[in-house]
Amino acid sequence: MIDILRHGFVQNAFFAGVIVATISGFIGYFVVLRGQTFACEALSHIGFAGATGAALVGASSLEGMFLFTLIAAIGMGALGKRLSSRDIEVGIVLSFVLGLGVLFLSIYTRNTTGAVGVLFGSILSVTINDVLVTLGSGMVIILMLVILFRPLLFASIEPEVAEARGVPVQQLSIFFLILLALSVTLTVKVVGVLLVFALLVVPAAAAEHLTHRPWLAITLSILISLMATLGGLILAFIGHWPVSFYIVSLTSLFYFISLIIHALRFPRHYRELPHPSREVLPPSL
Amino acid sequence: MFAIFQYPFIQNAFIAGSIVAIVAAVLGYFLIVRGLSFAGHALSSIGFAGAAGAVLLGVSPIYGLMAFTVTASIAISFLGREIRERDVATGVIMTFALGLGILFLSLYHGYAEQAYSILFGTIVGVSRDDVVFTFILGLIILAVMAIIGRPLLFSSFDSELAETRGVPLRALGSVFLILIALTISITTQVIGILLVFALLVGPSATAIRLVHQPFRAIVLSIILGLTYTWLGILLGGNSPWPVSFFITALSFGVYLPVRLFSKGIDSKRSAEGFEKLSIADSHLAPRKDHHD
Repeated sequence: MIDILRHGFVQNAFFAGVIVATISGFIGYFVVLRGQTFACEALSHIGFAGATGAALVGASSLEGMFLFTLIAAIGMGALGKRLSSRDIEVGIVLSFVLGLGVLFLSIYTRNTTGAVGVLFGSILSVTINDVLVTLGSGMVIILMLVILFRPLLFASIEPEVAEARGVPVQQLSIFFLILLALSVTLTVKVVGVLLVFALLVVPAAAAEHLTHRPWLAITLSILISLMATLGGLILAFIGHWPVSFYIVSLTSLFYFISLIIHALRFPRHYRELPHPSREVLPPSL
Repeated sequence: MFAIFQYPFIQNAFIAGSIVAIVAAVLGYFLIVRGLSFAGHALSSIGFAGAAGAVLLGVSPIYGLMAFTVTASIAISFLGREIRERDVATGVIMTFALGLGILFLSLYHGYAEQAYSILFGTIVGVSRDDVVFTFILGLIILAVMAIIGRPLLFSSFDSELAETRGVPLRALGSVFLILIALTISITTQVIGILLVFALLVGPSATAIRLVHQPFRAIVLSIILGLTYTWLGILLGGNSPWPVSFFITALSFGVYLPVRLFSKGIDSKRSAEGFEKLSIADSHLAPRKDHHD
């Protein structure tokens, strides 16, 4: 088991995994808090078109993904309102970019193996160069989030009050989506387009079930995400199943444990009360 | 141009595509009205695991698709009321299912090719049996929709009134999600898991912006869905580019101008509505001093 750590690609995988898990655990807290899970999902699928488009013109998949998700993030932010699961626009753009991705793939000599790598992650093919890029951009993301922490938190929880107090809610929203685009691009390298949700949303959602204190929730979220990523890598080297499967299973497991803890800790009548500033479905749906 | 229709697989694809387009357009209308875009997307992704599992077991992907999507749709209909929480829980189910799908495919040899055809559809792969199956299932879905359509619409627009009239809201919602699951299962054969959404949401999203009366919107949505599918097969059959790309591009290309153009109308309409509301309020509210 320890022998395997001597291989360069294994070390790279572990480094990249640790960096990406930290970033996604951190930014994921805000994604969950702001209810932007569908936007996150859409950004990752847009990244797929970016990656395949980059392969077409001979650029690296990271560059293509970042360019596409950046444009999409600015576009989504400029729409102004908060994006939620009820937005048809996100859905339509989502299916169009996937179609575009398919087109790029079919032009690009039908390289299905490469496509599967983008879709389901290829952490074992991470190079030292990728690790450095990930480290650099990861530090920028975390620095920005720490600087903007208070206004962003305020704008996420009570957008109207924050706006009245002079917080630039709209600009913050666009800037946050740009940071999210960058994080999605980095996360795709580890778990793939289809499973970005597993690292960006699930650990933070689990952490939010356990505590209401922001910093504690972020710490827990990073811890869960780190445990899932490292556990997934170790299990993949012991077993013979894909890394992303183990990572997804572990984060889902943490989520269900957090659900159980939440149910035990908070009495039912308290849970039934919705948060005043959050959208609730009408009883018909 | 039309010479491609002499091939039996194009004929099969054409018939299956037409059935699927009609069913998806009808269900898509209700999906949008009920604000279930994300649930639709999640269910189609969940189908991937089902299809991959069926491939591993050596049975037709449609059975796996149906088993997974129907189970997941029942699970989703039991989730909480708060949208944010619901999205996350739906997402967790979806991601886990996708992870399972990868596992199944990695156990099966011929990993990449199979994944590709499930995800993006293979129009060549539609057999005569598939067409018959799609037809029967499509008829069943439409028949159930014909029965529950009116109460479903009623409950989607005014749930409180519907509830006082004795419409069983929860049961209707669950049945509807199961129908969505079945629709996704049959649509997948034609354009693949990742693009099911284009046929399900694209035509109805455009139709809703153009026409307000529900029945007309559904009819328009069917017409649009059929047009996209037929043109997609025609263009895809005559070019090296995939059919699924053409269908999504048409769907997006029509939606975009409609969305941009009807935006003005939409805001004007809501402004009118607001005006009416404030007039209605002014009967109850004490009169303000007038300066004019």
